[in-house]
Amino acid sequence: MTMKLTPKTATLLVLVALVVLSPVLFPSGYYYRVGALIFVNAIAVTGIVILTGYAGQISLGHAGFAGIGAYACALAPVHLGLHPSLALLLGASVSALLAFLVGRPILRLKGYYLGVATLGFGILISMVLNNERQLTGGPDGIEVPELGLRALLNDMGLDLTNGQFWYWFCGIAVILGAWLALNLHGSPTGRALRALHGSEVAARTVGIHVARMKLQAFVVSAVYASVSGSLLALQNKFITPDVAGFMHSIEMVTMAVLGGVGSVLGAVFGAAVLTLLPQVLTVFAEYEQLVLGLVMMLVMIFLPQGLLPSILRRVRGKDE
Amino acid sequence: MHKTLTTTALATLLALGATAASAEIRIGASLSATGPAAFLGDPEAKTLEMLVEQMNEAGGIDGEEIALTLYDDGGDPNKARTFATRLIEDDEVVAIIGGSTTGTSMSILSVAEDNEIPFISLAGAIDIIDPVKPFTFKTPHTDRMACQKIFEDMQKQGITTIGMISGTDGFGASMQAQCKAVVGEYGITVAADETYNPTDADMTTQLTKIRNTEGVQAVLNPGFGQGPSIVTRNYRQLAIDLPLYQSHGVASDGFIELAGADAAEGVRLPGTALLIADQLAADDPQKPVVDAYKAAFEEKTGTSVGTFGGYANDAFLILTDAIARAGSAEPQAIRDAIESTSGLAGTTGIYTMSADDHLGLDLSAFRMLQIKGGEWTVVE
Repeated sequence: MTMKLTPKTATLLVLVALVVLSPVLFPSGYYYRVGALIFVNAIAVTGIVILTGYAGQISLGHAGFAGIGAYACALAPVHLGLHPSLALLLGASVSALLAFLVGRPILRLKGYYLGVATLGFGILISMVLNNERQLTGGPDGIEVPELGLRALLNDMGLDLTNGQFWYWFCGIAVILGAWLALNLHGSPTGRALRALHGSEVAARTVGIHVARMKLQAFVVSAVYASVSGSLLALQNKFITPDVAGFMHSIEMVTMAVLGGVGSVLGAVFGAAVLTLLPQVLTVFAEYEQLVLGLVMMLVMIFLPQGLLPSILRRVRGKDE
Repeated sequence: MHKTLTTTALATLLALGATAASAEIRIGASLSATGPAAFLGDPEAKTLEMLVEQMNEAGGIDGEEIALTLYDDGGDPNKARTFATRLIEDDEVVAIIGGSTTGTSMSILSVAEDNEIPFISLAGAIDIIDPVKPFTFKTPHTDRMACQKIFEDMQKQGITTIGMISGTDGFGASMQAQCKAVVGEYGITVAADETYNPTDADMTTQLTKIRNTEGVQAVLNPGFGQGPSIVTRNYRQLAIDLPLYQSHGVASDGFIELAGADAAEGVRLPGTALLIADQLAADDPQKPVVDAYKAAFEEKTGTSVGTFGGYANDAFLILTDAIARAGSAEPQAIRDAIESTSGLAGTTGIYTMSADDHLGLDLSAFRMLQIKGGEWTVVE
């Protein structure tokens, strides 16, 4: 196929084409909303690809960072007078700092232990958001100020509906996120991450600072999750602690694993499948969860490397 | 969940997305029929489906059938927003009922307002209609009104010092805050303020603390789900000899069953006419609608009616009444007609809306009830 293109350029081209061309097929404004949701999820999942796909570390608490990003956009404009776009950056910084502080001790753990430790972290954030009622509005949620960019674009003569605006805005964000993740993949840091994924002992013997590398991957992926939470909050203009909930963490990991945890395009693909399926499955009414579970089991049994890598391999005829 | 109800055999085809016939009024709903708020959304969904079927059998509104598109948001506000977008953009409904919870309602609200589609919420929080938004209405009384009704009753009993034990879930936390905001107006002080998690299995510690607080004359328990039943049982186990007030959140027969008739004896709470259908006076303006809904729902589902299904019943009544009066299925016309709803009897109360009141109920909608011998009785 794309013989002369590097995988990085090819991935980016495919992504840009998907984002730009998909709206041609949209019969109504609702599809822009679904598209925007896919992109929001894809951003978080790209973070998981860096952490789990590149560095081989597990996190079951990344929704906690999404929660921080989301509530930063809800709270900072009201309490600190920040513009919502700066609140997004503030949320990302807080998430990065927290990931740095929390990551140092818990990334010493491996496998299940790391999974449980991150799980605990996610639950803690979710509890704080639920219980600090006077600040966060508690389980009923809190309103998020308008980003205001759409009004600005309208003034400039670019008339977009709300759904269209968020589709393009999140679409650009997902391409940027993918571009950064792909650059990281080929960089010395990315190679170091993949090396320690293969064997921590071997990585250490060739002079890689394993603990620092893991921490970097954790911080970067936390920022991805935080930005994803911020974009969701700004788009919905309302947020509840569900965004930081355990189920959201699991969803992120599932999307990554389903799509193919080592590949950025797989992340987008996994996010697309798991965001679209519940919408398509509404016709099955009560059987929705059943079909969803069945699809995931079948993929894991027959395509254990994830949907996209397995499909690509078949297409290229490299199937063993 | 996607169910398009028509009396024709084409129902399944319609559900799969074939375009509907032109002479029908499309309304949409996003309810929490499954998930943690299913005890709200499930009776609401069943009620709406039943009412649409009834109305279409009776010939619809001015000969136009109603097509209901119902989605299950599972209590997730993000999903609710997506479904609201889908209802408006893809299913092209003229009005939306739903939002079983405050979170889902707040999510649907901004979509409905942006697209100028009338929206009737089934959730309690006052924030939904305060400040008033042009296209958003709701049917349940607010938790502040429940607090006021309870404090009114306490005042009559000469109670001036109370203890509160509240759930930390959305309902309990919101009502706790609202009660504390209005308690001063009734000359009552909250001497003990305890909380429990909705999944806790024992509240004796908190109750003991309240019992040992000097001067407490009554205990109020804002919460719903299983928590209040456990509070009630623990309350009797500790033999606390003070009046116990529950909230409208547990105003259903299920509460008496769960707590046990012995433990629930004497518990007071603000409830709706629906719970005491057989005790309503023959000339009570709510009697016809309460009886009709109760009979139809119990025959259809085989389960007893509850306050929450009643909210959906009232939303449907308000909406269809507005469409009939407007003589049009244009969203703007429907909105204007809903706002001019006047003296409409529902199961929850008598609705009279106005430009600055999008709920249309006052405290008289609540009736102070007491459990005696496992039955609901009206406190005179």
